[in-house]
Amino acid sequence: MEKKAGIKFYLGMVVFVFLTLFPLLWVLKMSVITASELQQLPPKILPQDITFGNYDTIFSDTRFQRGVANSVVIAGFTTLICLVFGSFCAYALARLDFFLKTPVLSLTLAIAFFPAVAIIGPLFLQFTSMGIINTYWAAIIPDVLFALPLTIYLLVAYFRELPVDLEQAAKVDGATTWQAFTKVTVPLSMPGVVTTGLLTFIFAWNEFLFANTFLGTPLTQPATVVIPNFATIYTTDYGAQAAAALVVTVPLVILVMIFQRRIVSGLTAGAVK
Amino acid sequence: MAKSATAGTAHVPQGSRGMPWSPIFRELGDPEKRTAYYMVMPALLLILIIAFTPIVYSFVLSFQETIPGQSSTWVGFDNYVNMFQDPDFLTGLTNTAVFTVASVSFEFSLGLWLATALNRGFRGQGTMRSIALMPWAFPTVISAVMWRLMYQDGVGIMAYIAETIGLYTKPILTSEGALMVAAILVDVWKTTPFMAILLLAGLQTIPEDVYEAARVDGATPKQSFWRITFPLLKGSILVALLFRTLDAWRIYDLFWAMSDRQLDSLSTYVFTGVRISQLDFSLGMAASVFIFLSSLAIAFIFIGALGVRANKA
Repeated sequence: MEKKAGIKFYLGMVVFVFLTLFPLLWVLKMSVITASELQQLPPKILPQDITFGNYDTIFSDTRFQRGVANSVVIAGFTTLICLVFGSFCAYALARLDFFLKTPVLSLTLAIAFFPAVAIIGPLFLQFTSMGIINTYWAAIIPDVLFALPLTIYLLVAYFRELPVDLEQAAKVDGATTWQAFTKVTVPLSMPGVVTTGLLTFIFAWNEFLFANTFLGTPLTQPATVVIPNFATIYTTDYGAQAAAALVVTVPLVILVMIFQRRIVSGLTAGAVK
Repeated sequence: MAKSATAGTAHVPQGSRGMPWSPIFRELGDPEKRTAYYMVMPALLLILIIAFTPIVYSFVLSFQETIPGQSSTWVGFDNYVNMFQDPDFLTGLTNTAVFTVASVSFEFSLGLWLATALNRGFRGQGTMRSIALMPWAFPTVISAVMWRLMYQDGVGIMAYIAETIGLYTKPILTSEGALMVAAILVDVWKTTPFMAILLLAGLQTIPEDVYEAARVDGATPKQSFWRITFPLLKGSILVALLFRTLDAWRIYDLFWAMSDRQLDSLSTYVFTGVRISQLDFSLGMAASVFIFLSSLAIAFIFIGALGVRANKA
């Protein structure tokens, strides 16, 4: 295995980067050009006439505003609940030894393999009879279930990295396990909790199946459900659709750039060990 | 910790000895272990109540003729018989199978190739990694919307390219065959870099001196790939392939958002029964069970075929 990277290697990388980023850049271009330029054939590589009209259209569309706000509410609550329950569970799995440890780990892993679509029927009946269909809860509850394994795995990896001495010192001084967790581990692991929270947030932000099944009204539908419908609302106003798609992805692009190292180590921890 | 464990054993109630759950009762006498149980309880209950109760309920519903909110009668295997005779289901099954096999094999071979290429020291590794992660971090439906704009005839760059080089001159978004190819391409774009990152992480755990030793012994690069890299990478390959295959097998959002509901998959079939035509609710439940069991089968096949014990991951 040669380890030196030559010209050919960098050329290959350039091609790879180009192919990966191309759709994003092209849609960005589509979103800032005029409707007449959009129709021009052959298309020009660079935008000729930059306009932000499409963004005005999208931002003043109440359906879009509502969708983004709903996404924030659903993803926000999902993240919060996952972090609370997930950190309890992750701490027990990372630091404590108990008989049911392996079964609990396997069960959370099983959820990652679980086909979500197999339970939408029963959940639909249940949510309907409970009267929470079309409310935020109908999306948050299943979102929490499927985001929880991710939260737990990332936090277990993080808690294991923390030195155990401080918790032990606290216990020697008479703290209970619970106190050691809340007073020592949680404050110390804030950076890890924040990263995990961001990843959980992205996960919930991207969710579509449950939202599309359980939320039948624009009042609670998140952006992932609203934006595909723009194809029928804005029909040939492709620029506006491009702008809408970009607005909800750009924050994710920024988050990924900031947290890439942590994301990779969190995601591969299970796979490599 | 070991000390408190023995302290806990002292409280064993005599009668519970020998029962499979007796260690739990023993542990509940130990304050630290009791805390552990309290701490995993919320997550555990949530998983059991929201995932496992409904899946059992899905099995029950699949043997009933149900009209949501009205009636249900026991019909045995009728739903399954009807489902396998329903052309919509068969189309969904075929589409799902084609999509899964095509997208996963492209993503895996391209990803492995990319990972081996990237497995060396070079400048800008962090930047490469962020770029590779981007398509993966996008919501699938939004990627579908972006690509649909590029496939749109008249304005889309992909449609333009396909037409210019004479590959495909009709509108892509109205033909099922072209849509399938287009959807596979989107999935390959979205997931190959992610696959590469997972495999690269596995490659990086293989120590360099193993290759060194093989080279000294006269191994060709091909030999060292098949004799060293591949066996040592098995675990990572298993995990990556398993996740990808199961993910592709439940394809829903990509088909839904890109094709204006023209492309059926197993999952869109279930969705139709639950949300669109409630007369098909029971067929949808049979399909739910089918997806669940086939996913389980896929998982077992992978774990068996690669000869890696599941609990190793």
